[in-house]
Amino acid sequence: MSESLLEAWNRPPTIEVDGEGELLEVAMGPHHPSTHGVFRMDVVLDGERVIKLKPVFGYLHRNHEQIGQTVGYLQMMPYTDRLDYFCSLTNNWAYALAVEKLVGQAVPERAEYIRVILAELTRIQNHASTIGFLTQEMGASGTPLMYAFREREKILDLFESLTGSRMMCNYMRFGGCRVDMTEAHLNAARKIVTGLPRFIDEFENLLTSNEILMARSQGMGVLKPDLAVNAGITGPMLRASGVNYDIRKVDHYGIYDRFSFRVPLGEHGDIYDRYMVRVLEMRESLKILEQALKDIPAGPFIDPKAKIRGFKPKPGEAYGRIEAPKGELGFYLISDGGTSPYRFRIRPPSFINLTVLEDMCIGQNVADVVVVFGSVDIVLGEVDR
Amino acid sequence: MGLGERSFDVAVDPELKIELGKQGIFVTTIQELYNWGRKSSVWPMQFGLACCAIEMIATTMARYDLARFGAEVFRPSPRQADLMIVSGTVTKKMAPQVVRLYNQMAEPRYVIAMGACAISGGPFKQGYNVLKGIDRYIPVDVHIPGCPPRPEALLQAFMTLQKKIDEQSLTGENRPRYLNVDAPGEFPVPEQGEHDLVPASNPNVWTVPVVIR
Repeated sequence: MSESLLEAWNRPPTIEVDGEGELLEVAMGPHHPSTHGVFRMDVVLDGERVIKLKPVFGYLHRNHEQIGQTVGYLQMMPYTDRLDYFCSLTNNWAYALAVEKLVGQAVPERAEYIRVILAELTRIQNHASTIGFLTQEMGASGTPLMYAFREREKILDLFESLTGSRMMCNYMRFGGCRVDMTEAHLNAARKIVTGLPRFIDEFENLLTSNEILMARSQGMGVLKPDLAVNAGITGPMLRASGVNYDIRKVDHYGIYDRFSFRVPLGEHGDIYDRYMVRVLEMRESLKILEQALKDIPAGPFIDPKAKIRGFKPKPGEAYGRIEAPKGELGFYLISDGGTSPYRFRIRPPSFINLTVLEDMCIGQNVADVVVVFGSVDIVLGEVDR
Repeated sequence: MGLGERSFDVAVDPELKIELGKQGIFVTTIQELYNWGRKSSVWPMQFGLACCAIEMIATTMARYDLARFGAEVFRPSPRQADLMIVSGTVTKKMAPQVVRLYNQMAEPRYVIAMGACAISGGPFKQGYNVLKGIDRYIPVDVHIPGCPPRPEALLQAFMTLQKKIDEQSLTGENRPRYLNVDAPGEFPVPEQGEHDLVPASNPNVWTVPVVIR
C-alpha cells in the first residue's frame, strides 16, 4: 500500500464514535455471498455502525488493458465480452465505436438499428437482474431474482439464436455487425417486447410498494448530487441523485436522437430511487425498442467496404463512449500505426461508481452496507478488469 | 474391488434383489445406502468468481432448476458445503483464498472446475495475473470446458459427479481420501512470492503434463 493510501486509512473517523467499547475491523469478502463475486470491503465498526470502509480491489484482475495492447484490434472484441459479463453487447458496441472513430468508419443504417435493439434488450435484462440481486441482498431469497432470470432467459435465447452464444456474444464489428438480424429474429424480438410490459408490471406489483423494500431502502445510502458529479458517477446512480445526464441524449451516438424517450430522474438519491430509476429505464427502453423494431430499414448490416481483418489505423487517438446499463463505458485507444493499439484504456462505469461507496455507507448499520453495495450495480469483471 | 464395480452386485444377485422387491422386501448394502444419501443432497458453496458464476446462478433458477438433483441449497459458508464449483477465472491474488476455502470445507468434499479459466486459464492464460488452472493446487473431480459453459453443461457435470459418488467404495484401495488415514486432508496454501505464487503448484495434486509426440 502506498504512503498516501495508508494515511487515508489511518486518518481519524469522520463521524463521532461512541467511545464505549472497542472498534471492530471486519473483512467482508473476498468470499462473501453479497459481494457479487470477489470484492473485499474492510469495514471498521463501532457496534453496528460503520465508521470507515475501505474497498479492496484486484481479485479478478485479468489484465484486459495489457491484452488489448498485444492482440490485434479485432482479436480484442471477444475480450470486451468478458468485461461486464451481463452486458456483452453494449461492451462490443463501445469498443466498436472507439475503433470506428479511430479509423473514420461509417456504419450502415440497418446496423445502427440492430445495435440499438440489442443494446436496449441488454439494458432490460441487466436492470431486471440487478433488481433481483438487490432484493436478494435484502433477504428476499430468490423470488424476484427468479422472475428476473425467467425474462432474462427469453432475451438470452434471442441472443443465442442471433450470435451463437448466450452471454459472450462477440457480435459487433467495425462498421456494422457480424451477421444479419433476419425477420425471424426481429419477430422474436417483437414477441419479447410485447411480453415485457406485463413482466415489469408484475415486478412492480411485487416490489414497488413492498414494505420491506421501502423500509430497507428509503433514506439509506444517500448520494448527494454534487458529490456524485464530482466523483464522476454515471448511469442510473447519477440519475437517481437527480442529475440529468444520459449519454444517449448528450452525445447523440448511434441513432438515439431519432427515438423519443425520456430520462427518468430520482429525487433523493437513496437506494429506493436507484431501484425506481432502473424500473422506469426498463419502460423507456421498451419505448425505444418498439420504435426501432417498427422503423428498422432494409440494407446491408455491415459496411461492404469495411476492412475487418489486419488493419493498421493511422497514428491517432480516439475515445468512444456509450451509455452502458451501468453508466458511461468508454474505450480510449491510441494508435501508433501498428496492428494493435499503443495504449488501450477502459473507462469502466462499475469501478468509478464504487468510489463513493464509503461516503454512502458511513453511519449506516453493517447490514445495510450490503444493500448499498447491491444498489451500485457492479460487475467485478469490469471493476478489476 | 475396482471403481465402477458395485459392491451390492457382488453381495446380492441383482435378479434376486428384484424378485425380493416384488415381495415387498428391500435389501441393500451400507455402501449403497450411504452413497445414495450423499449423492442426492450435495450442497454447493455459494461462491462465484467471474462470468461462469452467472451461468451457475442461471442453472439454479427456474428454467434449468438444479434442485431436481438435490443441489439447490447453496451455502455461503464452506463449513456447510460439500461441493465447490470454481466458477470463473482464478487470479493469483484469489488463488490462496480458494485453496483456503477448500481446506475449510468438511469431508467428503468435491470440486467442479467450471469453464475454460478454471481448468486452464482460458482466454487469459497468457496474462500475468491468471492462474493456469485451479487443479494445480486442489484436486478437481469434474472439469467442464466452455466459455462460459451452458447451464446444461453444469447439469451434466453434476450428474457425472453424482455417478462418481455412487461408485465410491468405502473400503479397499480405492476408498475416498477422507477414509484413508494417510491421505492429506489439508492442502498447502500458496503465498505471493516475488514474481509468482510460491509454490507454483502442489506436486501431490498436479504434475507437469508430459507431451508425447
